[in-house]
Amino acid sequence: MSAVLQIEGLEAGYVRDLPILRQVNLTLKQGSLTTIIGPNGAGKSTLIKAIAGIVPISAGRVVLNGRDITGIRPDEMAPLGLAYVPQTDNIFRTLTIAQNLALVLRRLPDRAARLRELLDTFPPLAEKLDDRAGALSGGQRQMLAVAMALATRPTVMLMDEPSAGLSPKIAAEVLDLTRSLTATGVSILLVEQNVKQALRVADHCYILAEGRNRLDGPADQILSDPEVAAIYLGGRRVGAA
Amino acid sequence: MIQNLVDGVLTGSIISLGAIGLTLIMHMLRFANFSYAELLGIGAYTALVFDKLLAVLFPALSGKIGALTLTGTLALSVLLAMVVAGASAVVIDALVFKRIRAKADALSMVFASFGVALILRNVITLIFGQKAQLYSNDIAFAIVVSRDPLLLIKPDQVFVLLAALVLMGGLHLVLTRTTFGFALRAVAENPVLAQVSGVRLSVIVTSVWLIGGALSAAAGVFYALTNHLSPAMGHNFVLPVFAATIVGGIGSVYGAVLGGFIVGIASGLALMVLPSGYIPAMPFLIILFVLMLRPHGLFGEDQG
Amino acid sequence: MIGLISYLAFFATMAGILAIAVLGLNLQWGHTGLFNGGVVAFFGAGAYGTMLLGGPPEPGQFGGFALPYVVALGGGILIAGVVAWIVGLLTLRLRHDYLAIATFGVAVAFENVTRNADWLTGGARGLRGFPRPLEAAIGDTFLYGLFFLGLVLAVLLAVYLGLERLVNSPYGRVLRAIREDEVSARSVGKNPTRLRLESFVIGSMIMGAAGGLYVSFYAFVSPQDLAPILTFQIWAMLIVGGAGNNRGAILGAFLIWGAWTLSGFALSRFAPDAMQLYTGSIQYILIGVVIVGMLMWRPQGLLPERVTKTIYQKGAKKGSVIINKEVI
Ligand SMILES: Nc1ncnc2c1ncn2[C@@H]1O[C@H](COP(=O)(O)OP(=O)(O)OP(=O)(O)O)[C@@H](O)[C@H]1O
Ligand SMILES: [Mg+2]
Repeated sequence: MSAVLQIEGLEAGYVRDLPILRQVNLTLKQGSLTTIIGPNGAGKSTLIKAIAGIVPISAGRVVLNGRDITGIRPDEMAPLGLAYVPQTDNIFRTLTIAQNLALVLRRLPDRAARLRELLDTFPPLAEKLDDRAGALSGGQRQMLAVAMALATRPTVMLMDEPSAGLSPKIAAEVLDLTRSLTATGVSILLVEQNVKQALRVADHCYILAEGRNRLDGPADQILSDPEVAAIYLGGRRVGAA
Repeated sequence: MIQNLVDGVLTGSIISLGAIGLTLIMHMLRFANFSYAELLGIGAYTALVFDKLLAVLFPALSGKIGALTLTGTLALSVLLAMVVAGASAVVIDALVFKRIRAKADALSMVFASFGVALILRNVITLIFGQKAQLYSNDIAFAIVVSRDPLLLIKPDQVFVLLAALVLMGGLHLVLTRTTFGFALRAVAENPVLAQVSGVRLSVIVTSVWLIGGALSAAAGVFYALTNHLSPAMGHNFVLPVFAATIVGGIGSVYGAVLGGFIVGIASGLALMVLPSGYIPAMPFLIILFVLMLRPHGLFGEDQG
Repeated sequence: MIGLISYLAFFATMAGILAIAVLGLNLQWGHTGLFNGGVVAFFGAGAYGTMLLGGPPEPGQFGGFALPYVVALGGGILIAGVVAWIVGLLTLRLRHDYLAIATFGVAVAFENVTRNADWLTGGARGLRGFPRPLEAAIGDTFLYGLFFLGLVLAVLLAVYLGLERLVNSPYGRVLRAIREDEVSARSVGKNPTRLRLESFVIGSMIMGAAGGLYVSFYAFVSPQDLAPILTFQIWAMLIVGGAGNNRGAILGAFLIWGAWTLSGFALSRFAPDAMQLYTGSIQYILIGVVIVGMLMWRPQGLLPERVTKTIYQKGAKKGSVIINKEVI
């Protein structure tokens, strides 16, 4: 399996000379679901935002499909096959669902066909096309956010805590949905707080702490690592609901 | 009473047009732009120049349209003035505001906008003189709609109100029916997410300057058509358009439209109890009133 | 010779009065980051307030209480402070630029009142006949000119020293902290809204004091003296001198007032007759260019603020619109 996204020695932060990320390295393999976990404030969102061009990068490289995309503008992502689902505020509440989708689809030559595909994939959205997106339930919002990211047929998706704020049942569904996306050939970098659930669906896992790489390995290995269990799973028994 | 109300609605439509772009600029670039209202003056005077020019080039068009004092050449000139004012707004942004926001905070832009307003207004004075002017020296006869209560309406006023409503309706269609409109609303709601969704911010900001400049130019011509042109006209609209944006809530186009009518009607009705010399302060009182009761306006979301 | 000295004294008196107002603005903008779009109203409130309290009675005219000079001046200052307090109370907890809009509105409302409320302000004629302090005792106009200059410079010095103490005290440091980063100021237990209000009121009272001195110097005041351009002039003085630096504020006042006077003189002397009506506009454009040009090319002014800002604070304000590469 080849690497679709490669991050090398990344330093990034919100304020000049005050990097949040230090020397972060990461590889996302073709078709894999790789999760990034770590305590609050570890820099998980910052890493995703740096890749997407939202947070300025002061050192290091981001390589997408062999192409250096370090510090792109966020609006340049889609044509390169990169998509990003933010942690919060990831849909336009004041637009209808149809308008949210039309916005992301507007550059595609086959937008009508693509819209139909998306609505087939996410039937609940098709029923509410003319509702304001702000009126959607939490799970449906995430569904719309994912649909918007998928619209431009990305090869790599960055997802920031798609399960946050959802009930455990809906959260599990959203993560299963995320897992199923990889079957279509998308490679996914998934940030999660919900460590157990994330490790359940992921192939590979990176642990970030204080802006640095802490540990990484196949998800099942990480799941059974006693140190990880003690720190990140709160010492609770792995696999408990 | 009814006359004040009708006059207020008319003034309100002009304020609304002037406030639409301002509310978006204040929201997207996060600064109160005191030079924005000068676009009304730029628009009105540009139309004056084009009107004179076109009257020479195409004398056939210089006849009055129906009962209006509006001529064919002036009608064309409004469109040209809208283009020029929109372009001026973009140029001023590129020359001044863009450079300042690249290295300083939003309040420096507020500061700079005061300076820009002072420059623009006095350049207009230098070119066109201090004296008030009219597009047409023909007397605009008012139609007596009713004698008791007395209600006089000039055909020009009816035209202005209708034209303003048509422009607002057009904007509404753009915002609700086109992907450009969705992009604009997306940037207003969440600029970062809009970028992530493939919207180039600089394109939207430029478009907002263009739209705002064009609508302001129309407002300026409409005001001049029903009143007169003077270099101070931009200055006189600063408070009314700010009041409209604050009443409506910063960032809300529909709020700005409603706010414009509220400010216009309130100022019109205030004439019944206040001497006319105090009317310019009316929008200020409205601002204070709104800030006390509903600091984020009727539809606004800006908090910070 | 006497003529020249007397003219220089006149010039310096006016520049000194304006410098006091610039110091008031510096407390607001330079030290606390508050944008006052209606300096002229606070200056004018002090001027009219002093006049009403200390001026001679006139039939059909409110005011003319002929109070002792110090009481009148103090009252004028207080009136400016009360206006500032009301406006500040309503706007300081909101978006930062609301203060700019509200103060601009105050200036418009103030101008409406001075022009229209004849019973209070004398309307367009204004109010005249203010008894200048100690004028009778000194007698000689030349000596009185020097005396008044001394008075103005003494007030200027007192305001300068008072402000220097204030801004170098822990209180001043908190003000700057609020200017740079409200969140961290709040986190150390300071109430930013209250401190901003205090700074705004004190600054406006200083402007009111300048207005009071102005009216005692000219012995009359009318709406023409308080044109909106005064606000711009006072800002230009501050931004040229260096916002945040009290010495810069004073330097800027003398420089800009000098440039204003000279340009007015040169224009009236050399501009062609046809242009004479428009020399004012040319001067206004120059003031506008000075303001915009300084903001673009030397925002720190001639004498920059001495306190160095931390990198974090600078960065936090920078790109406050959106933190990424797209510069809009
Ligand atoms: N907009 C911002 N400006 C300045 N600092 C920020 C900003 N956003 C986050 N930070 C800081 O960057 C650090 C990393 O934050 P980040 O959001 O990346 O953490 P995270 O790992 O995603 O945490 P969480 O699990 O809570 O989402 C934190 O110290 C945070 O305070
Ligand atoms: Mg996060």
